[in-house]
This record gives sequence, C-alpha cells and structure tokens, in this order.
Amino acid sequence: MSLTNEQLERYSRHIILKQVGGKGQEKILSGKVLVIGTGGLGAPAAMYLAAAGVGTIGLVDFDVVDLSNLQRQIIHQTQDVGKAKVDSGRETIAAMNPDVKVHTYNELVTAANIKDIIRDQDYDFILDGTDNFPAKFLINDACVLSEKPFSHAGIIRFQGQTMTYVPGEGPCYRCVFKEPPPKDAVPTCRQAGVLGVMGGILGTLQATEALKYLLGVGELLTGHLLTYDALSMTFRKVRLPRNENCAVCGKHPSITELFDYEQPTCDLRNTGAR
Amino acid sequence: MKVTVNGEELALEKPVNIKELLVIAKAEQPDYVTVQKNDAFVDHAEFEDTFVADGDAIEFLYFMGGGSR
Repeated sequence: MSLTNEQLERYSRHIILKQVGGKGQEKILSGKVLVIGTGGLGAPAAMYLAAAGVGTIGLVDFDVVDLSNLQRQIIHQTQDVGKAKVDSGRETIAAMNPDVKVHTYNELVTAANIKDIIRDQDYDFILDGTDNFPAKFLINDACVLSEKPFSHAGIIRFQGQTMTYVPGEGPCYRCVFKEPPPKDAVPTCRQAGVLGVMGGILGTLQATEALKYLLGVGELLTGHLLTYDALSMTFRKVRLPRNENCAVCGKHPSITELFDYEQPTCDLRNTGAR
Repeated sequence: MKVTVNGEELALEKPVNIKELLVIAKAEQPDYVTVQKNDAFVDHAEFEDTFVADGDAIEFLYFMGGGSR
C-alpha cells in the first residue's frame, strides 16, 4: 500500500510522529477494529478510529437511537433519533473519512453469533463498548477463546475504568471479576446516571489502545486496570496479577465453550450500548 | 499501623481482616468487590481469615458496567 497525496495531507500529523510515520499510517489503514456497542464508549471510540484512518471498522449494536442517548453518544445526531444505531454510526463515519470501510451488525452479541462476527473480517482488535455484564463477560470469553486482543471499559456517575487484554500477555477480565454480579446488585447508568464526557474519556482511551496495538508502539494496559475519578480528577493505574485459577484463561479452564448469562427480557432494550 | 486502600493512607488501631476493612474503608458493594492485597487477589472465602499488616497495599476493584438509556 502506498499513501495518496490526499492521505499524506489528511494524516500528516500522524506521519510526522516518529512512532507512526508513513509505515505506521499504512498499518492503521490496513487495521481492522470491531466496536461492540455504539453508545457512550463506542461512539467516541469509533469516531477517533475513523478519523485516524483505521481502514475497517465493524459496528455492532441492536438498538435504535434514543433522545436520551445524545447527551454522550456523539456519533448520533438529533435527526438520527429512531434510526438503527449502526446505520447512524456508519453515516457519521462515511461523512468523516472515505478511507474507512464500515461493516455493520445490527444484532445483540450472543454466544451463538459473536465468534462469527469477530471472524467476519478477522478483526485485529475488539473494543468493548457494551453496558452490561453478561455482554462484557461474553466478549471477554470470546476474545480469550478466539485469541483476540480487546479493550474493556466501564463508566458510571463520575467514574470509569479500562483494561486491555492481549492473549498470553496478562490477565483477562474474568481473572479480576469472576462472574457477573446479580441483576440490580450493581447500579446501571440509567439508574445511577453518568456524566456524558465519561464515555468520551474512557472511549478515547480505548481507541488509543487499539491504535497502539495496530502500530505496535508503547505499553498497553495489559496487566493493569486504569481507573479514573472525574470529581477528584485522579487517574490510577492498578497492577493486576494473572489469576492461575481463572475459569477461562487459567491453567485448567472450566469454560471452553461460549455461553450466555441470562438477561431478563425487560432489560433487552438496554443491552446494546452504554 | 497504616495501610493504603486504593492509594490512600488509612490508619488502623488494630489489625483487621479484609471483611472488617471493607466496612472501615466504606467499600461500595462489598459483596461484589474484587480485593487485591499487595498485588495478589484475595478470594471472598478468605476475607475473614486474611488480616492486613502495617504497610500493606489494598485495592478494592469495582464492577463498572452502566446502562444505555
């Protein structure tokens, strides 16, 4: 691949970086990132990945744009209310950067389809922008079993957290959190609220990890959980050990096939994206 | 004795176990918190038998999911 004159200009602030250069920009352009959930986290993440020139972006979401999404899900606009989130996301990206090919999956991720979605374009990196624990554990297990790197993040109120899993290089999400908490044991953004910018901060950190992974530069958040408290404006990087007894990535895993945790049907409207 | 909990120093009058520390340090959702002591996970089943000593670094790690709407 060689960069066109237009690409040299569009990505000139990348190319001038010694860690990127023309070669690095070509890696980004041939990179394939799957964004699961186009909500608070996935919206800004997908937009920065698109602006950066990630050549193939997959968007997964089964939901439609709701007026209450627009306070933080910046890939969707007021006129998109009622539209499928993946269609709204695709249109925004198309307007941003013609170099990006968008693949949409207008469905809920489940044990039955997630591996096929990941395999569809043989994505290099997966970004978890979902809002619920059954989906977060499913994405973790699917990435561990498919040997794919992914970025986890969560946001609530004025707080956020993120970690990166790379096969063989550190703990997975399940090493830290063994299984989903019971329904309603941990508040959701809908119940507890979330400052709109939290998705921008954490989602953009996730996009940063995806770009670093594609470029092969720097240190990823493997073996670390980065926590952020907006009220005290404090970031903390907590070292995470690997859990040898982890049910999916440990020495003697008990999870070798994907499965779905139960989601009450009344909650299904909430499971697309934060 | 002093320990650190999520990076902040906490003075304790006597040695306490993790279960007691969760109350003293006002952990949110103590039933669902992941606890690390000096970079090692502590199982929930071991909370009562695991005591903290002067200088220990404790981390409470919380579930963060959210909700879309």
